[in-house]
Amino acid sequence: MSGLWRVTWRNLFARKLRLILSATAIVLGVAFVSGSFIFTDAMGGAFNGIIQGSTADVEVAPKGATDFDSQQDFRTIPASVAEELEQVPEAGSVHPFNQVLTLYVIGKDGKVVGGNGPPGLGITDVETRSVTGNPIVEYVDGEHPMGVDEVALDVDTAEKAGYGIGDTVRFVAPGDQPELSAEVVGLVEFGDGSLAGATLALFDARSMQELFFDGRDAYSGISLNAAEGVSQTELRDAVAPLLQGDVKARTGDAVVEAGEEGLEEILGFLNTFLLVFAAVAMVVGTYLIINTFSILVAQRSRELALLRAMGASRRQVNRSVLAEAFVVGLIGATLGLAVGYLLALGLRALFGIFGLDLSDADFPIAARTIAVSYGVGVIVTMIAAYLPARRASRIPPVAAMRDEVALPETSLRRRLIVGVVMVVAGVGLMIGGFAGEGSTGLLLIGLGMLSILVGVSLMSPVIGRPLVEGLGAAYRRVFGMVGGLAGQNALRNPRRTAATASALMIGLTLVALMSILGQSASASTDEAVESTLTSQFIVSNVIGSPFSTTVAEQIREVDGIETVAQFRQAFPEVGGSVAAVGSADPEDLTAALDLPMAAGLLSQLKPGTVFVNQAAAEGQGYAIGDTVKMKLQGATVPLKVAGVFPAGAALPADYLVTHDTFRKGGLTPLDSLLFIVKEDSASTAQIRTAVDEITKDLPTVTLKDPSEFAEEQKEQIALFLNMIYALLGLAVVIAVLGIVNTLALSVIERTREIGLLRAVGLSRRQLRRMIRLESVIVAVLGAVLGVVMGVAFGIALQRAIADQGVEVLSIPWIQLAVFVVLAALVGVLAAVLPARRAARLDVLKAISTQ
Amino acid sequence: MESAVAARTVDLCKVYGQGDAAVAALDHVSVDFYTGEFTAVMGPSGSGKSTLMHCMAGLDSPTTGQVFLGDVELSALNDKDLTRLRRDRIGFVFQAYNLVPTLTAQENVELPLSIAGKKPDKSWFDKVINTVGLGPRLHHRPNELSGGQQQRVAAARALISRPDIVFADEPTGNLDSVASAEVLGLLRTNVDEYQQTIVMVTHDPVAAAYTDRVIFLADGKAVRELRKPTVELIIEELRVLTAEAVAGTAAEA
Ligand SMILES: Nc1ncnc2c1ncn2[C@@H]1O[C@H](COP(=O)(O)OP(=O)(O)OP(=O)(O)O)[C@@H](O)[C@H]1O
Ligand SMILES: [Mg+2]
Repeated sequence: MSGLWRVTWRNLFARKLRLILSATAIVLGVAFVSGSFIFTDAMGGAFNGIIQGSTADVEVAPKGATDFDSQQDFRTIPASVAEELEQVPEAGSVHPFNQVLTLYVIGKDGKVVGGNGPPGLGITDVETRSVTGNPIVEYVDGEHPMGVDEVALDVDTAEKAGYGIGDTVRFVAPGDQPELSAEVVGLVEFGDGSLAGATLALFDARSMQELFFDGRDAYSGISLNAAEGVSQTELRDAVAPLLQGDVKARTGDAVVEAGEEGLEEILGFLNTFLLVFAAVAMVVGTYLIINTFSILVAQRSRELALLRAMGASRRQVNRSVLAEAFVVGLIGATLGLAVGYLLALGLRALFGIFGLDLSDADFPIAARTIAVSYGVGVIVTMIAAYLPARRASRIPPVAAMRDEVALPETSLRRRLIVGVVMVVAGVGLMIGGFAGEGSTGLLLIGLGMLSILVGVSLMSPVIGRPLVEGLGAAYRRVFGMVGGLAGQNALRNPRRTAATASALMIGLTLVALMSILGQSASASTDEAVESTLTSQFIVSNVIGSPFSTTVAEQIREVDGIETVAQFRQAFPEVGGSVAAVGSADPEDLTAALDLPMAAGLLSQLKPGTVFVNQAAAEGQGYAIGDTVKMKLQGATVPLKVAGVFPAGAALPADYLVTHDTFRKGGLTPLDSLLFIVKEDSASTAQIRTAVDEITKDLPTVTLKDPSEFAEEQKEQIALFLNMIYALLGLAVVIAVLGIVNTLALSVIERTREIGLLRAVGLSRRQLRRMIRLESVIVAVLGAVLGVVMGVAFGIALQRAIADQGVEVLSIPWIQLAVFVVLAALVGVLAAVLPARRAARLDVLKAISTQ
Repeated sequence: MESAVAARTVDLCKVYGQGDAAVAALDHVSVDFYTGEFTAVMGPSGSGKSTLMHCMAGLDSPTTGQVFLGDVELSALNDKDLTRLRRDRIGFVFQAYNLVPTLTAQENVELPLSIAGKKPDKSWFDKVINTVGLGPRLHHRPNELSGGQQQRVAAARALISRPDIVFADEPTGNLDSVASAEVLGLLRTNVDEYQQTIVMVTHDPVAAAYTDRVIFLADGKAVRELRKPTVELIIEELRVLTAEAVAGTAAEA
């Protein structure tokens, strides 16, 4: 080991505290990256288990009907087909089944179990084996259900709902009867692990048909297990000639593969979503690392100068700093992986709020996760340490002889110029992004914002100065000398203060931006509901899942009701990407909504035509007369554009078609929203009572007036916003750690000065206050810059998406002010440890420190 | 000269380390420092001069023995009271790194008062500032001042709160003879005109000659003292002291 390496190495371990502090940023950033991967892997594993565990050797079904990502389909296969398949010698056993996806269990407490995203499965009780060799369901208790009054539940659901064998369970059902009840006679387990939050209810074959398929003797699909020695392909080839129309036979492997492809896409999206937040955390972390290394280099400048004086070359000094960074990166990445695992468990809890239950899932640490974690950890640390390392190598050897060493710094003027250039470039990118389309547009906007933020952080030593000086002056007035000292400390190293504040700025910019978009979306919802709804009531399902059409029929019978407009929803692929498509009866809709059409007439909505949301029309370039290709349950349906409706109306849809289009596409008719118009003479109170009576057994389906409806939608916005806050929270935590870190290092750096102050009579309490006040300055500077940037971005983004339904700009000033106040409190908290450390310094040792 | 005792030590011992490695930095030292007197403490390197200063100023605690500042016995005080005592009744000048870099010269001078939340007495403040003789440089930061100027600011800071006693540990150690003379002159003036009590550690016989009395330490013991010292007398004493030390080591061997 050469002398220089030995110095590097000793340095690292002689200062364990500094090592840990500088590694924390890496740890947290890497944790987010690895946590995202571990979580999506766990989710993928769980869903792969479900796909494999529910697929037989060969599956026969109408094309696109029973896939992993299909919606409720009402197309069926006649029972006669199943009988014919029985005759095929290659088939060991034939298991025809019916399935519904929106049969929700109502728990003992009257609340729906799960149902916040995962499906409520109702399936025929069959003894199929899956491709894994296990039975799809296994009875752990009780017996098979017989008749419409008996049901078997999966054990997890039964436990969550509080039911045991012999209890009567109630359901919210999609069939003719909107609510059902049956006695629990059996408890089953899914053959291959967990259902990830989905619920499972089994009825016998005939009962499934009676309850949900109008009593027709027909099936959703037929699962086949092969006879001894028969392969999947042989079985499929034997079965295929017996099938007609769009009913197809596929091997289990093909079904699994298709399912996994669909899954990959969803997981890929989720992973990207999480990695965006990981990237934010990493950018914030980079500031922290740059700052830490700058301080470390500054503190060691005497020593580095000595090394140079003794003949170490610039390159050697440079490399010794980078080597230190490398080791810090390695250690940080290792710890980051471990913390990432914990974070993945945290994400499990976060997503659990949305109904995704991964409590039984494995959380694997894949080789890819390890590679990415180390790659990101080490590379980011080295990049962040590069500038401080270069500065270290510029320390002149003669500095070793001087008392105080000032590091060569780039001038503030150059930083200002670079900052301005980056801001201008960022604005350009953002403008380009707004003009662009889809994900490229988003990427450009993101890069533009990043460029602006980095530019502003470069300029912040200059633009933040008045604020810091102002706070310092206020401090001096309120806290006297201690306040004055704190203000001076924040000013003495403007770059350091600015870099520390910038980390917080980035976190808070995004938080403020999201709060503005959220508030604007809420206000736009109010506005849309107020200006477009002419109906007096809306019936909707709180958890957003569809409900039986019987509800609408029953409400039509109520005295004093003029119109009930049924609105249905599906999420098919349109022109290559998933979109929200709504269906409605145009006449009913006209009565319920005042839709100011941007093009075309509302009466033009006919079978075979489609209305396009203005935002979607602009995004995809659709005009009246164009053809839109909509993929409904496997079949691609061409539809002619007949109208464009404004975004931000009370209709949650990108496209609007007639009910007929959905029906032909094979989707089971289920309502998502009902708009109710009363006769002028009818009493609101009476109608309310009558409708409440109809929906009283459906805990999630309720009647609202327009403002309650708006509230319900705003709650969804708030829920989503809170999730984003939780994910951004980590970036803010890193930024706060940055303050702790910088303060702690400054305390070490100023040991002698602190000793001097204590020697001339500064009390511990005054010393702690001084450090606390300095911390508050940094935090408030970051918060103010962040809020200002957030408001600027918020206004820009709201303008950009105004035609996508966020028409109203609403800035939550009070909330933003609260952020700044919270940041000040955070500053106080961040100072606790450094202040305690400073107060504990032994005065005598402090003044004699070299 | 019979005046009141400003500070004294009684059988003061300070032992560093334990067992075989134990070093008695101070070995039963009993000395009195009189009000309005300028005292120098001299002795070979490692003789315990700094340790004595630190114990007397309440920065370090004695192993055994007592330190009195006026009537107050320091070991009876807790940290808070010691801090207050330092703030209100003791002044310091160190060898180096004496000033807070973020404060101007004037602010540094005012520091002990502003820490205590007191307003400087205008006439006293003017006097002190005048003796420092910084004039227009009062509003400069320490890094814009010469070493001698910085030490004069540090001395003024030690005097501003009219402490009972000022301790200075090699205040001229880093200065050339001209700058030393400025600082020492300032201290001397304060003793003469305002009856300030000052204790100063120094290696320099010329500096020690500014004082009223020199106490010599050797191996942690107060071995000798000299009143109305001159440079020649001091050099003579130091010579004797060194000779004894050499003889001592020879005898031990
Ligand atoms: N913190 C400590 N731990 C152990 N020993 C110490 C410590 N501080 C001082 N000593 C020892 O105590 C003795 C007296 O030290 P002190 O610093 O008081 O000497 P000094 O007279 O001020 O010397 P100099 O003229 O070199 O400044 C020395 O032997 C020194 O090694
Ligand atoms: Mg000494």
